[in-house]
Formats: sequence, C-alpha cells, structure tokens
Amino acid sequence: MIRSRRTTASAALAGAAAIALIATGCSTATDPGAEGGEITLTVATFNDFGYTDELFAQYEAENPGVTIVHNRAATSNEARDNFFTKLGAGSGLADIEAVEVDWFAEMMQYSDRLADLSDPAVADRWVDWKTAAATDAEGRLVAYGTDIGPQAVCYRADLFEAAGLPTDRDEVAALLEGDWDRYFEVGQQYVDASGAAWFDAAGAIYQGMINQVEYAYEEADGTVIATENPEVKQIYTEVLTASENLSAHLAQWSDDWFAGLSNGAFATMLCPGWMLGVISGNAPDVTGWDVANVFPGGGGNWGGSYLTVPAQGQNIEEAKKLAAWLTAPEQQMSAFAAAGTFPSQVEAYESTELQEATNEYFNGAPVGQILIERSQAIEVAPFKSVKYFPINDALQRALTRVDVDGTDTIDSSWELFVADVNAL
Amino acid sequence: MTATATRPPAPKQPAPAPTPAERSVRRIAFSQTLSRWDVTVSPYLYISPFFILFAITGLFPLVYTAWVSVHEWNLIGGQGDFVGFDNYAFVLSNPPFWIALRNTFSIFLISAVPQIIVALLIAAVLDRNLRASTFWRMGVLLPYVVAPVAVTLIFSNMFGDQYGLINNLLGDLGIDPIGWHSEVLPSHIAIATMVNFRWTGYTALILLAGMQAIPRDYYEAAMIDGAGTVRQFFSITIPQLRPTLIFVIVTSTIGGLQIFDEPRLYDTAGQGGASSQWMTITIYLYNLGWGQLNFGRAAAVAWLLFLIIVIVGLLNVVITRSIAKAS
Repeated sequence: MIRSRRTTASAALAGAAAIALIATGCSTATDPGAEGGEITLTVATFNDFGYTDELFAQYEAENPGVTIVHNRAATSNEARDNFFTKLGAGSGLADIEAVEVDWFAEMMQYSDRLADLSDPAVADRWVDWKTAAATDAEGRLVAYGTDIGPQAVCYRADLFEAAGLPTDRDEVAALLEGDWDRYFEVGQQYVDASGAAWFDAAGAIYQGMINQVEYAYEEADGTVIATENPEVKQIYTEVLTASENLSAHLAQWSDDWFAGLSNGAFATMLCPGWMLGVISGNAPDVTGWDVANVFPGGGGNWGGSYLTVPAQGQNIEEAKKLAAWLTAPEQQMSAFAAAGTFPSQVEAYESTELQEATNEYFNGAPVGQILIERSQAIEVAPFKSVKYFPINDALQRALTRVDVDGTDTIDSSWELFVADVNAL
Repeated sequence: MTATATRPPAPKQPAPAPTPAERSVRRIAFSQTLSRWDVTVSPYLYISPFFILFAITGLFPLVYTAWVSVHEWNLIGGQGDFVGFDNYAFVLSNPPFWIALRNTFSIFLISAVPQIIVALLIAAVLDRNLRASTFWRMGVLLPYVVAPVAVTLIFSNMFGDQYGLINNLLGDLGIDPIGWHSEVLPSHIAIATMVNFRWTGYTALILLAGMQAIPRDYYEAAMIDGAGTVRQFFSITIPQLRPTLIFVIVTSTIGGLQIFDEPRLYDTAGQGGASSQWMTITIYLYNLGWGQLNFGRAAAVAWLLFLIIVIVGLLNVVITRSIAKAS
C-alpha cells in the first residue's frame, strides 16, 4: 500500500475514533456522588410493604441529594431467587434488600456478605425474638425488622348473610372461636347452605396450621425431620381431607385466585396484616369484605420481613440510614395505614394511632385493635432454619397436586414430597 | 550480495593463512526477519478476530461450564471438591430430569411442527401478488415485536383453569373446562400456542425470502406441463426451499429445546407446575442452580442439554435433506 499523506491521515483518524469508541464502552458507571452527595438508593421489596411513593418523597425532602428508586418483586419467591443469584454474582443487589422470614435463616448463612447494621439507637426497637433472629454468630445485627404477620380471619359478610350465618364482626368471632375442627365445621355448614367454597386454598390453611408448630421441619440443631414428623403428616392429611369440600381449589397468587377475591369464589380467608392490602388492592369494587377478631387455635404468624443492606453496595452508610428510618415506628405506621403491614416495633404497640386504626375498605373494622389482640394470642414462634424454605415449598407443591391440579391422591402426593425432600 | 569463501589451495608448501578479508559472513538484518514473519504469520492474524471472539464468547463458556460440572459448586459458596462425573450421574438418575426431557420434546414438537407448516402456507400466500404486500408482510411480524414476558402473562391469564377466557368460550360451546394449568398435554398446547404466536410470522418471512429466490421459470414450466398450484407447491417450492428449511428447522430446534420464558411465567410459582407438568430442561436447570444453589449439577444439566441439542440438530438436518430431496 502506497503510503500517502491522505492514507496516513485517515488511518490516524480511524485509529483515534476506534479508541474513543472503545473508551466510551469501557467507562465505568457514573461515580455515585463523590462530591456534593448526589446519590441514588435502590430499595428492593416484594408484594406490598406499604412503602408508598409519598413516603419516599418525604425522606427525599428531608435528605436533599438522595433519590430513592423502589423495585417491587411480585412474590417473596422471586425476591429470594433474585437475592441469591446476585449475592453469588457479587453485584447487582439493591442498596436495601427486603428478606422474608421464611428464607431469612437460609440467608443468614451468608451474613458475612451483609453490612453490619448494629446501632445503639435502634437497640430496643423490636421485640426480642425479632432482633435475636437477625443477629449472626459474631454478634453483628444484619437486618432491621419491618413487619410481622399476626393473622385474623377475613370474611365476606354479604356471602355469610346469603347463607344464613351471622354477619356482625363480633358474632362471627364468637362463631369461629375454637380450634381448626370448629373452623371446618362452620365451613361445612356454609358449603351446605350456599354451594360455594369456604376457603381459598389448601396451601393457605396449611400454613396457618404449620406456623403453630414449633419444630415442624427441622430440629433445633438443623436436622431435617420433615418427612418423619407425625405432626406434619397429620396436619397435611387434615387439611387435604377438609379441602375436598371446603376449598375453592385455587392456587394462591395465581390469576384465578386474584379473580376469586372479587367474584365470591370463597367466603373466608386467613388474613395477616399484609393481606389486608392485597385484598383491598385487588378487589377494589367489592364491599362485602370484613375482618373478625378470631383465629383458629388462638393466633398464628404468617410472614414478616426484614430489611438488609448488602455489603456489595456503593452507599452503605446512606442505605443504613434509610433502612433505620423506614423501620422506625412512625414510618411502619404509615406503611400499616397504606397496606396493613403490622409493625414489629415495640413502641408502635403503645401508640394510640395503632390502637385506634380502622380500615375503611373492611367496613371500618378496628384492624389495629384486632391485630394487636391476635398478635398477643400467638403462643408459638415457629423455628425456621436453613432448609425451611425448600421443604415448605415442596410441601406446598404436594398440596397443590391434590387440591388444585387433582393429579394425585393424598398418599401418592406425600410419597413425591418425601422424594423431593430426600433429594435436597 | 553473497560472497563465497575461496578455498585455499592444498598446501604443497606452507601457504600464507587466508586473510579475514576474503571470508565475509552473511548478516541477516532484522527487517528481513520481520518480513519473513509477515509472510508466515499475518494470514493467521487476519482470520484471528473471529476465532478470538469465538474463543471468548463460545469456547470459554463451554469449557468453564464443563469445569464447573465436575466440581461440587455452590452458587454463593463457590468452588468445592472435584467430584468427577457424580453430578452427571445424579442428574441422569433423577426422575425430574427425564420428566423435563419429555416435556421439552413434547412442547418442542407441538410448537415446531405446526409452526413451520403454517409459516410455509403464510409464506406461499405472501409470495403472490397481493395488494399492499408490504403491509401484510410487516403485519405478520407484529406478534414477534411484543415482549415474550407480556405475551406469556396475558396468554396465561387467558388459559386460566377456572376463570380464563378460553375456558369461558369452551363453556359457551358446551365443552367441559380443560385443566390448562393442571394437566400435562393441555399445558404443553397452551405453551406451544404462545411460542407459535410469537415465531410463526418471523419464520414465514424467512421462508418467504427463500421462496422469492426460486426462479419463476420453474413455475411457468410446471404450469405448461399442467401442474396445479398444490402440485407446484410440493414439487417445486419445497425442494427448492431446502437450504432455508434446514436453517429454519435448526434454529427452531435450538430455540425450542431451550425454551424458558414461557414455561417460567406460565404460573406464579415458576417451577413448571406442581407435578412438573410443563417443567422444561432449562427450568430444571434453573431450579437446581438458583433454587437449590447447586451450581455443579446445573452445569451438568447444561452440558447434557448441549449434547442433546447437537444430536437433535444433526438428526433434523438429515431428515430435512431426505424430505426435501431435489426431484
């Protein structure tokens, strides 16, 4: 190739352009506020924590230079998948990640990848067992509690009326007072009178019953006893036997189930605080939902979450500050007002705001009072360890096989469950 | 310029020693070495970009996955002990793997076969002189533009077991509701419908491109010989489309055996159904690697899937060659 001045010049230009292109492609993400404090914090939650845009706007107004981005996963399962994938990858997690109690113990195995959130200012904020669960072997507090899930019974007053059952909240509470057999008995009465289903899913009733057992799937030292524990098998069989007539055969969180909230497919549901927001959000046109101050067996807890700050984040101090703010009693009360997520903060229980809280959607039910009393009725804190989540998942699949899909009998589905647990 | 050393004559008498000036050593300049390298090495450099890219994006992942699959590897904990083929043995003896294989092949066949047939017919129609032909050709591609996640969520809702649109329509026609999310074959048909919705138009356009390359004289000659449209289609169009058909079948094989989006979003749990009714191999892989955090086993499944796809792809090429043999 003859080297003329023109070819040299164009070669130099092409080289410079190529280098510039590569340089822009390889540039790192914009520096998160080394000067001036302009930072963006991402908060990842699931389902509905009650964190509204107004709440975040309030924090942004009080802390200029901070922008908050809120990502919501649809279910706790998806949040768990996302969390572990990115924890393994070493990057990609939000600045604040919400963790549910069911997979909290599983997550605690990797507590060294979470930032230490210990702070004397929040030392007595939560009930003892909530703080103890979030403290790792080295004494670092790695998570701040958000809500707990004391359960009551939500019911459709209009469907009760049509079937000849009492509709007043206190009367319904008196009617269902007792244990699970009582609940199923009244359910049979309803089904005989109306022909529709009593509860939404075997899976929901099962979790209500299993969360009243202290050592269901694992011993205190972590040994898996799920397949041999007679309590588990007995609860499993009881739920499925009752489900034959009383269940609407829906899978929770499926499209059919969401439709069922509105169209009267079932008359009652086990309702932790956070479920109130789910019902009111997905069945906005229904007026018949109400809450009764009762729970078969006294009380039970379903769910409850924590906020963690992954150590791989860029803005640990700011994220810690935001997490402390979000889990403060005042903010948890706003979340409660928005979505019914019941506070786990000790101070909140004494506040008149909680004690007098009512929910308009549920016909003005005194949800604060109801949930306080239900949470006081909880006798057992179920022990959940590392394998709790996969085992519970396998058992929920076993229930779905019989209740929703109808592909298996009670016994054959149990055999498959045992095989699943052994393969873990 | 070379210089040859002159050999001193055999000494009959002591001759004077040859002076250094008469023997000159050939010194090779560095530029000569360079130009020799230029001739031998630069062809390899010119073709290297492809191989470098392939090595990084194709070869390295394959080798690394094989490396992961022979170790006990936790997603978060990292590399564990070397276990040889234990992971493969576990996967091959694990019933869910075979169920997933059955599901994958079933969904693949139910989606690929009707898709290619319908795409052929659509392409044949589009090949004719239509009015506003560009509009029709773009229109056929519209379903491809919609995000697969959106398609899956909407179709899954339509195929709802109790309150879905499809079961409502069937009820109006007097047919019992079908368990789209509870039975094996209906779930495969539903997922195959989503796949076909997305890919039929795309396949049709590729086949159309192939069809337009067929010389028109063949059709004229056939018409003169008295062949009808259908006869022309089977005797001219399909054999001439052989290379395009091979491409379409191979790519749909690869895509069909790897299907993930649609089965995963078909229900909220995302595990392929409570009894693995529609769990495909990729979902099984995902459950192993990211659900149970067992990366080694997931890598073993990945390699097995790779081998399956290669075998099935080759099979498909052989079949297509024999079907579309030029007459």
